[in-house]
Amino acid sequence: MLRFLALRVARACITVALVVTFAFIVLRLSGDPALIILSPDSPPEAIAAFRKSWGLDDPIWQQYLRYFLAIIRGDLGVSMRDGQSAIMLVAERIPATLQLTIPALLIKIGLGIPAGIYAALHRNSAIDRIVMIGAIVGFTMPSFVLGLLLVLIFAVILGWFPSGGQDTWMHAILPVLTLGVGGAAILARFTRSAMLEVLGQPYIRTASAKGVPWARVVRGHAFPNASIPVVTIVGFMVGSLFAGAVVVESLFAWPGVGRLLVSSVANRDLAVVQCILLLVSITMVVSNLTVDILYGYLDPRLRTGGHT
Amino acid sequence: MSLVEITGLTVAFDGVRVLHGIDLTIGKGEAVGLVGESGCGKSVTWLAALGLLPQKARIGGRVMMEGADLLTMPRSEIEKVRGARIAMIFQDPSSALNPIIRVGRQIEEAIALHRGLTGASVRAEAKRLLDLVGIPDASRRLDNYPHEFSGGQNQRVMIAMALAGNPDLLVADEPTTALDATIQAQILDLIVRLRNETGLALVFISHDLGAVSQVCERACVMYAGRIIESGPTAELFRQPRHPYTNGLFEALPRLDGPRRRFVPIEGTVPDPRHMPAGCAFSPRCRSARENCHHTQPALATLSGTRQIACLHPLSDSPASERQRDFAVA
Amino acid sequence: MSADIITAQGLVKDYASRRGMFAPPTTVRAVDGVSLSVERASTLGIVGESGSGKSTTGRLLLGIEPSSKGSISFDGRPIPAAGTSEWRRLRARMQLIYQDPLAALDRRLTIADQVREPLDVHNIGDAAERRERVHELLAAVGLRPDHGRSYPHELSGGQRQRAVLARALASRPEFLVCDEPVSALDVSIQAQVVNLLTDLQERFSIAMLFISHDLKVVRNISDRVAVMYLGRIVEEGSSEDIFREPLHPYTQALVSSVPQPGTPLKERIILQGEPPNPANRPSGCAFHPRCRFATARCRSETPALKQTTDDRSVACHLVAVSTAQPSLEGVV
Repeated sequence: MLRFLALRVARACITVALVVTFAFIVLRLSGDPALIILSPDSPPEAIAAFRKSWGLDDPIWQQYLRYFLAIIRGDLGVSMRDGQSAIMLVAERIPATLQLTIPALLIKIGLGIPAGIYAALHRNSAIDRIVMIGAIVGFTMPSFVLGLLLVLIFAVILGWFPSGGQDTWMHAILPVLTLGVGGAAILARFTRSAMLEVLGQPYIRTASAKGVPWARVVRGHAFPNASIPVVTIVGFMVGSLFAGAVVVESLFAWPGVGRLLVSSVANRDLAVVQCILLLVSITMVVSNLTVDILYGYLDPRLRTGGHT
Repeated sequence: MSLVEITGLTVAFDGVRVLHGIDLTIGKGEAVGLVGESGCGKSVTWLAALGLLPQKARIGGRVMMEGADLLTMPRSEIEKVRGARIAMIFQDPSSALNPIIRVGRQIEEAIALHRGLTGASVRAEAKRLLDLVGIPDASRRLDNYPHEFSGGQNQRVMIAMALAGNPDLLVADEPTTALDATIQAQILDLIVRLRNETGLALVFISHDLGAVSQVCERACVMYAGRIIESGPTAELFRQPRHPYTNGLFEALPRLDGPRRRFVPIEGTVPDPRHMPAGCAFSPRCRSARENCHHTQPALATLSGTRQIACLHPLSDSPASERQRDFAVA
Repeated sequence: MSADIITAQGLVKDYASRRGMFAPPTTVRAVDGVSLSVERASTLGIVGESGSGKSTTGRLLLGIEPSSKGSISFDGRPIPAAGTSEWRRLRARMQLIYQDPLAALDRRLTIADQVREPLDVHNIGDAAERRERVHELLAAVGLRPDHGRSYPHELSGGQRQRAVLARALASRPEFLVCDEPVSALDVSIQAQVVNLLTDLQERFSIAMLFISHDLKVVRNISDRVAVMYLGRIVEEGSSEDIFREPLHPYTQALVSSVPQPGTPLKERIILQGEPPNPANRPSGCAFHPRCRFATARCRSETPALKQTTDDRSVACHLVAVSTAQPSLEGVV
């Protein structure tokens, strides 16, 4: 088990390193930070000085090395824009994002999984059809379309909720719904198909044949097996807790990590972008690791390893 | 004394009939074989009787047990019959056990449901059952998962689970088909031994005529959703009177005597959506005559305990080769 | 011209395997020194339980899998290296048929197209000739021209196996490996396909390696039979002899385990224990843990496959060599 963990952690570190490198390459290729931050009309001396002070004159591999070593030391640098520590800038936005993503995650799980189970148990019923149509809509509709639609209905026409900002809990409702409904639809779809697959298995018939009441067959035999694929999706959703709200935060003017990311990219504020990417990749990698460990717990066949 | 009495059982899926009225009585402690090729309805009969078919199945007829009809019982009632009065085991034991639950817990679940035992006595009973079906080192093995057992051992676990509720009838649906030859022999031996020890009635569903003849006193041959011949195993196998039963025996290669060319039944089993008129076997039957193609023969008593559904049964002149073999048995 | 179409000497197949997710890989020997030969136009049956290596042996002979050790010669010449054009030409002369015809057929192509495929691949004849040949092949396996226009899922199991057979015959093979070809079929259909196989064998002089766990089928189709246990041949001889008088205790149990209508269960030999796992091979004779007659020698020394009579070989310490009378008779 220890060896397994060590292996997975090493793999996770490599993933994070690749993400960080990728961020460096993309941001450097896509424009000169000096020109963007100082504006191209600035005097050439100012630009040169800016470049010198940020080390932008050095050969690219030196910049990369410096950047990489700094990250390993935990030094993510300061924002090029206002000189604040990048970590602090990002950290201060995290609570706002979690205010949206955690309730949204609860909606996804609390709505999606029961709806999927119900649909599977009542296959081809009216409710199954509604769930499936809802799932397809939620699956295919981009979150900005859904968000705009919700704003149009509940803010503009009905006037029940505000359309943007972060002043009261009322402000959180539309962004949380936008995030949660789409995810719930995805989860409902996965849960339904996982349940249908499991309900067709011979061991479900065996459980019924030995006299286990149907509700207990579903709860005790079918769901634990169906939960194995569902866990993957939930893990993915947990992994996007910090960064899954980029579009929604921008749409609702919510001052979270996602909005910071958008503005930092636009400004080529490398340190902040890198810091956010690091945060995203680490949460993703950690949740993947958790899913793997959970798999071993849920499925004994994985614990003893593959027979050939 | 009859234990279960099936009358006029019909099953249809999406408007297509697959079972056309089965009449079958199982006596207390009796072992009855249901023989036939895939799709003949031998498994569907018992899945229907126990309410284990998918909901879209349309079921007709009656399945009586102690004055109650299993088909019209509320779900909570039939759930009390399953496992407690009638237990069932299936073809592929490795997929018939829940892969993520320890086998001990799967057996204990059945014990707790039907025997009202709790705590340590459930565990002790599970161990006793595992011992009974011949799994060595039972107390340790209770904590293993199905994938840690071989196919044959999983079938033993299934049998232990089936015995947990002290049923009156065990329905074994092709219990040895998925297993290796030497393991098949072990499982057949176990089933026969348990039957002798517990007096349990047995329905043995199989396409393997040899296995049926070794385990059952009585056998019913099914074709295209009907019982077409039944009788005491030895008699039936010594002298099949229905051309299909006879064809099955002829088609069966032998392990003794000269090596010979196989004798197939020409044609294929009819599609339930396009059943031939008259006797379902008539298009493949070598003794079919004109009326076979439009008259459906009913299952009628031929003599004593033998029944047959055929307008032109084969004569009872000795079927030379087989008779010799049965003289030994 | 030699009497044998294919001969194998000392075939060994090792697989690397892990017992657990974290355990170091170990070597599992699936086939352990198998020597056999198949005479032209005759059938060698291979019987054994799961893990006996019977299917692997078939794949080694066809070169679908490379053997770890040993040599194979076809038509008197060693088989050329896999992948060479010479090898491909040779492969047209040997074909494989296995249990699941639906998996062997491409569900998007009509039966006729699939039967023609080997003719295209091996560039046999022009378009008209190929069409004619497909027609012939379908007729030979008892399929009508309209079957040729249908797709695999529109045919029954028996018809699909006929289609697979037609395709295998397209390149006029001299050697067929049939791996459980009728095991998925019902008894009445099984008999149709087996008869077809023997008819075609006779008509086109094809040699067959017939692999099956069904002893009744093997006995009736094979001229000679090899019994495999844990990667080795433990007994080999003519089909009549093996089934009338099995010499190896394992063969005896195997033959006895077949439920025959009329043979009471209690007279059968019921082996205890499970077929062994190739990853965990017992010492000495691999069969000794399940053998009723095992002695100390069986536990330590692996018996070699030795000739008992001109026509028969057994790998058992307890069977006397070069006597017509099996010494086990007294013991049984």
